[in-house]
Amino acid sequence: MIDTNQDRSGKRSARSLTDILYSESFRTLIYQVALAVGVALLGLYLYQNVIENLSRQNIATGFGFLDQVSQFEIGETLINYSSRDTYGRALMVGLMNTLTVSAAGIAVATVIGFSIGIARVSNNWLLQRIAIAYVEIVRNIPVILQVIFWGAVIRNLPAPRQAVELWGLGFLSNRGLTFALPATDPAHVWMFAALIAGIVLAIVACHMAKRHREATGRYIDMLWPCVALVFGPPAMVWLGFGAPHDISFPERQGFNFVGGATISPEFVALMAGIALYSSGFIAEIVRAGIQATPRGQIEAARSIALRPRFVMRYVVLPQALRVIVPPLTSQYVSLVKNSSIAVVIGYPDLVNIGNTVMNQTGQAVEAIAVMMMVYLIISIVTSLLMNFYNRLVAIKER
Amino acid sequence: MTSVSQHPVAKPAAYNPDAKIPALVWLKSNLFSSVWQSLLTVIVAAVLIRFCWFVLDWGVINAVFYTADPDTCRAATGACWAVIVEKHRPMLFGLYPYAEHWRLVLMMVIYLVTIVVSLSPRFWNLRLLVPLWIVATSAIGVLMFGGVFGLRYVPTSEWGGLPLTMLLFTGTVLIGMPIAVLLALGRRAPLPVARSVSVVFIEALRGVPLITILFVAVNVFPLFLPAGVEVNKLLRITIGIAIFFACYQAEVIRGGLQAIPRGQYEAAASISLSYWQTTRRIILPQALRICLPAITNHIIAAMKNTSFVIIIGLFDILTATTAVMQDPLWRSFYIEAYLFVALVYLFFGYALSLYARQVEKWIASGRI
Repeated sequence: MIDTNQDRSGKRSARSLTDILYSESFRTLIYQVALAVGVALLGLYLYQNVIENLSRQNIATGFGFLDQVSQFEIGETLINYSSRDTYGRALMVGLMNTLTVSAAGIAVATVIGFSIGIARVSNNWLLQRIAIAYVEIVRNIPVILQVIFWGAVIRNLPAPRQAVELWGLGFLSNRGLTFALPATDPAHVWMFAALIAGIVLAIVACHMAKRHREATGRYIDMLWPCVALVFGPPAMVWLGFGAPHDISFPERQGFNFVGGATISPEFVALMAGIALYSSGFIAEIVRAGIQATPRGQIEAARSIALRPRFVMRYVVLPQALRVIVPPLTSQYVSLVKNSSIAVVIGYPDLVNIGNTVMNQTGQAVEAIAVMMMVYLIISIVTSLLMNFYNRLVAIKER
Repeated sequence: MTSVSQHPVAKPAAYNPDAKIPALVWLKSNLFSSVWQSLLTVIVAAVLIRFCWFVLDWGVINAVFYTADPDTCRAATGACWAVIVEKHRPMLFGLYPYAEHWRLVLMMVIYLVTIVVSLSPRFWNLRLLVPLWIVATSAIGVLMFGGVFGLRYVPTSEWGGLPLTMLLFTGTVLIGMPIAVLLALGRRAPLPVARSVSVVFIEALRGVPLITILFVAVNVFPLFLPAGVEVNKLLRITIGIAIFFACYQAEVIRGGLQAIPRGQYEAAASISLSYWQTTRRIILPQALRICLPAITNHIIAAMKNTSFVIIIGLFDILTATTAVMQDPLWRSFYIEAYLFVALVYLFFGYALSLYARQVEKWIASGRI
């Protein structure tokens, strides 16, 4: 700002009150102070009202209720829980369920979304049209309607005795999805550990190959070595344990199944609903990503006789991923948030259990604050990771 | 062999991008470009034909369209569209008193006429629209609430069905858009305090699911008010959805604001327009035009999001249908009922996106 009251020599001449009042910096300051004071006063006023109302209704405040005994049962739990446990533990059960159903939903949505997204840019006109129709339909029907619909479908499936058989591997019935699973074996834990070790080894090896290439210019194709490094150790552990290959197949017995593993109807319905809904959005993200690589680059890559799969791996994919990953992550976050509609289908997720806690204790403010904080933390952590990734893959210009 | 050169050389046809591609060429390049593509086409076509046949067989040939007896439906192998015919009133109008349903029909007619008129540029004239909205809003209010002109009073807790969905949606957009513009301006404001207030508000609300905001509207908001003051639950919920909508829309509008070149601000400053004059006459009209497609997406999303009210027990069209499906006689025909609701949402979503495309054309042609 040019201060008109300042003369050439830099000496301030006397300012009249009107000059100060009309100066832009002063007014800006006043507006901001007024806004800050207004927000603070509003907050104070609301806080006082809340305190007053709560004390009038004899509702406790604070997070002490988290240590009280919950006295309700939860249908599905990943950690040990009974009605003698605390509200805090009940909410923890809910959080675990939210994360489980979200993880499963993300996996399913990604597979379907990528398939449809690739079909969307296929050279085959028919396939392309079907993909477009799919995307338009699943994206434009409210996710709650989809979840309720799948819930109704599963509730109306036949009882276990007449269950729909899935190629001898499992059953679909009104008890949910029952499927064959390798019988529990001590080898599995070690195989999992070996898998993690293999992934770490593969990352280190790729990094070394990159160093080697940068130092010498010689290129080592790391695709198959990496596959071997990731899957080799678990396979060796499996062989070392004598290759346990017992598979527990589910069988009908009485009114239910024995053997195998069962996923509850609520879980299947919620997962199907949120995953299919998101898959439409993911398909569009993938399409945009694939189309982001200019045609000229693909032609240029071909003209230097790069093989088609290398064109995909070194020209199209790296550029597509840069476009795909950020919106894909925010789609994942919104899938996690969509899982909060579990209450319409009766799946005990964080919001469903939080709702029960809220109704039992009457401490709505604290219960809702817990739910909001959890989702907020998930969002913030994801966006921090995303920023980190973006910095990693950003086009490095000279 | 001089005669060769004597031959008239066939002139290559001038490239014409608008020329119609012959059908066979199109088929070859789009469906049968290689052996694999041909195989794929055949398989996909076979599955598609099978599916279409199933839909036709189930949905039309063997379907029951009209019967008051669910057993007739059960005997048929096809769809039971009769469930919609039989139950359309509780599905479309929810808990609203049965004898008063004509009021909702009239309300929807007034609503749709008002919306259609307001969306046509031909009628964009405040001297027409302001009276229209005043008359329409009061007519809808009288019809919905009643209590005057000998109409029975119907409290908002008995409102329901499609009219409720429409009201929630319209309320969300009408309340949400101004808040969105203010938040977007706040986020781009030269005042750091306004900026941080807007950023915290927008990001915090975008980070949580809509349900938690609805819980706040239902369970916490009453605690904020001094004793004795009450705000209607339907209004609280509408405001909740509207604020949620506004936070997403604010980010879209911010994108539009950022796309405005600096020169526009400087030009406005050079003719000594004030901040609000600049914003209202120069910046916003351009910014909103730029981000119109994204704005439409969020408006359509807002329509879908009204269905979240099922969780807090408002009887919108989805809740009403779910309640109807509790009827043991008709319960097994849930697919038809939910398909109908899905079609309602698809229809309104499609209408909105068609209109938005039209507006984009108007903008491109400089009409608005």
